[in-house]
Amino acid sequence: MNCICKAETQMEKQFAQADVDLHLIDELLAQYSKETGNLITVLQKAQDIYGYLPLSVLQYIADEMGVKRTQVYGVATFYTQFRLTAMGKYIILLCEGTACHVNGSERIATALEEELKVNMGETTEDGLFTLSDAACLGCCSLAPVMMINGQAYGPLTPDKACSIIREIYAHEKLLEEGGVTA
Amino acid sequence: MIIRIGIGSCGIAAGALPVWEAVQEEIADRGMSVELEQTGCIGMCHHEPLLDVIYEDGRSYTFGHVTPEMAREIVQAENPASLEKYLVSSPEKRNSFLDKQLRVALRNCGIIDPESIEDYIKEGGYQALEKIIKENDPEGLIEEIKISGLRGRGGAGFPTWFKWNATRQEKNPDKYVVCNADEGDPGAFMDRSVLEGDPHSLLEGMAIAGYAIGAHTGIIYARAEYPLAVKRAEIAIQQARQKNYLGKNIMGSDFSFDIVIKQGAGAFVCGEETALIASLEGERGMPRLKPPFPSQRGYWQKPTNINNVETFANVPWIIKEGGKAFAAMGTEDSKGTKVFALAGKIKYGGLVEVPMGISLREIIFDVGGGIKDDKQFKAVQLGGPSGGCIPASLMDTPVDYKSINETGAIMGSGGMIVMDETTCMVDLARYFLNFTQKESCGKCVQCRIGTKRMLEILERICRGEGQEGDIELLETLGHQIIDGSLCGLGQSAPNPVLTTIRYFREEYEAHIYDRKCPAHQCKELIKYRIDPDLCKSCGLCAKKCPVDCISGEKKQPYIIDDSKCIKCGSCLEACPTKWSAVVVE
Ligand SMILES: Cc1cc2nc3c(=O)[nH]c(=O)nc-3n(C[C@H](O)[C@H](O)[C@H](O)COP(=O)(O)O)c2cc1C
Ligand code: FES
Repeated sequence: MNCICKAETQMEKQFAQADVDLHLIDELLAQYSKETGNLITVLQKAQDIYGYLPLSVLQYIADEMGVKRTQVYGVATFYTQFRLTAMGKYIILLCEGTACHVNGSERIATALEEELKVNMGETTEDGLFTLSDAACLGCCSLAPVMMINGQAYGPLTPDKACSIIREIYAHEKLLEEGGVTA
Repeated sequence: MIIRIGIGSCGIAAGALPVWEAVQEEIADRGMSVELEQTGCIGMCHHEPLLDVIYEDGRSYTFGHVTPEMAREIVQAENPASLEKYLVSSPEKRNSFLDKQLRVALRNCGIIDPESIEDYIKEGGYQALEKIIKENDPEGLIEEIKISGLRGRGGAGFPTWFKWNATRQEKNPDKYVVCNADEGDPGAFMDRSVLEGDPHSLLEGMAIAGYAIGAHTGIIYARAEYPLAVKRAEIAIQQARQKNYLGKNIMGSDFSFDIVIKQGAGAFVCGEETALIASLEGERGMPRLKPPFPSQRGYWQKPTNINNVETFANVPWIIKEGGKAFAAMGTEDSKGTKVFALAGKIKYGGLVEVPMGISLREIIFDVGGGIKDDKQFKAVQLGGPSGGCIPASLMDTPVDYKSINETGAIMGSGGMIVMDETTCMVDLARYFLNFTQKESCGKCVQCRIGTKRMLEILERICRGEGQEGDIELLETLGHQIIDGSLCGLGQSAPNPVLTTIRYFREEYEAHIYDRKCPAHQCKELIKYRIDPDLCKSCGLCAKKCPVDCISGEKKQPYIIDDSKCIKCGSCLEACPTKWSAVVVE
């Protein structure tokens, strides 16, 4: 099914295109594609497989489920959980919940942006870190909190946050030089 | 002896898993006859990780801030109760945090193992379901809920019996029960704690609702960021099916009811019931006009009853103890208890459940222990992005729907953020507006563009570029957005701004006219400086500075380079209080 209004070409600029093996989600589609109400579930599971949702995968899902591509794009861009670009090896989730905000999370954000030289939502050039924000990580009594690949750190100070990043970075450098094994 | 460790999201974040492993190892190594159990969150998040030692005679000792080493020491101890330095609560000295609380919705949280249906049954679980099936009187059941006076805990406080009755009256035989576990308020975690700590009470509540309205399918719409909660709910559903508390012909009756879980994908507006339904159907979560109400046309156009997690968790208790017992707690218009997630600048943050009608002061000072670092209490924010700020002067306001609404705030779902003198109210309003502006689904012009304009004005005020008339403009815009929005998101988005203007107008004025932020929070309006007379040249501040903008040498006062300073305040914290050479102005 091709789009006739050329808007799709425009859209494509916003989505990351990548060569991925589309058949990885065949099983998933066989299980869920019968009901269009499952679209969000399918996208979630596809994202678990690829780490994000490349354009080709969105199109494949639309075609296989028999829903319009615009609807799939619409849903994928509506919900914050869906990522349209690849993520870094370490995903830093800085809590922007209310408790963390009143305990100074913005200062942590500034320090991290400064340290990593990226803005919120971006990935470092070396593909190591993605800096992202989240609403309440559920450990408000440790505020301000960040979570890196599932591990929570808190209460943070700007200085503490930066040194955690530097530690990970140093560890990665060692790995790269083959000094230690993972 | 039983050892019980709190393994909820908060416990895990604080390091409960290594503690669990250490205890497990220690028990195995020593071949001890100790039962090791996991449990959900008891609410004392400020003391996590928590470990309970329960003796055969029922005495229970709670240890806080437990590390793996401490855990080993506790297990090895001849008499753990004597390790007083680690104790946070004991029969001899009960923690005051728990004293004023009254637990109905959270009755099992932090006590039972959430992954064990036997534990739930031991506490009287599923008796309510059994009772109503035996009595076979759905109308009487709804009447009982009416007597209890239970109102929805999801925010609006709508009488629960009324919704159940309306859905029951619908002719269409295909009906649904939906549990709203989207918990969008960014600073609240009541529903998560129930799901993680006592999922069966939710399942039982939903099954009872299903029986009352004549539905056979229940759906839990859980927030995307709650993996542990979803896992525990899934386990609970499996167990309930095995014991035939869910599934076909429950307990041999002709009532069949099953529950599935669907995960949201991160959108605040999906907490709104019509948006939630759109999301369940695989669409973008856009609210629609009501009526028709979900009770008339909901999920796939079928009659649907939507309630919040906490609402459902109260139901089995009401059925078992009777509607009158529930109505005996609380006030005239607000019956029962309410759970709050207490956080912010509070000494003892966590999850608390108190009877309705208790004052804010009692919650903050008696339960929460007052303000962190003994600073000056300034205000409390209720209801998250849809709610408002209540100033310290109104601290004796009782917690009931009517009194809270009168202050301009709302009861909300239970987020309670405490603020001290160092919180800037303009910045807080900006924070919430930034949130709602991002989360607006974009359907209504007033909400989509109005919130953006309000945010721009607030940002400008925080930057020190506020203009005369800005406050009035915010008020006008706020009322227009309230009037011109379809759903509760837009209708409540201006609340944080309007209430802070109402109670802290002078703070707005200080930003606009004096270009000053009285709480020293707004970066553009403050400056860090090192007082050369006070500086002892210790260099601690320079070491802590994340951007290396402080320079100096021995015996010379240090200097901050303003052009590089990101105003993070690290130097202020680093400077020893006895010198206090770093000043903000
Ligand atoms: C923007 C918005 C967000 C909402 N978020 C939630 C939520 O996170 N959890 C919830 O239970 N109700 C939420 N609600 C309220 C629901 O629309 C609905 O009133 C509630 O789930 C009904 O359940 P109750 O009667 O048990 O309170 C929200 C409403 C609006 C307008
Ligand atoms: S607000 Fe940050 S963990 Fe709750």
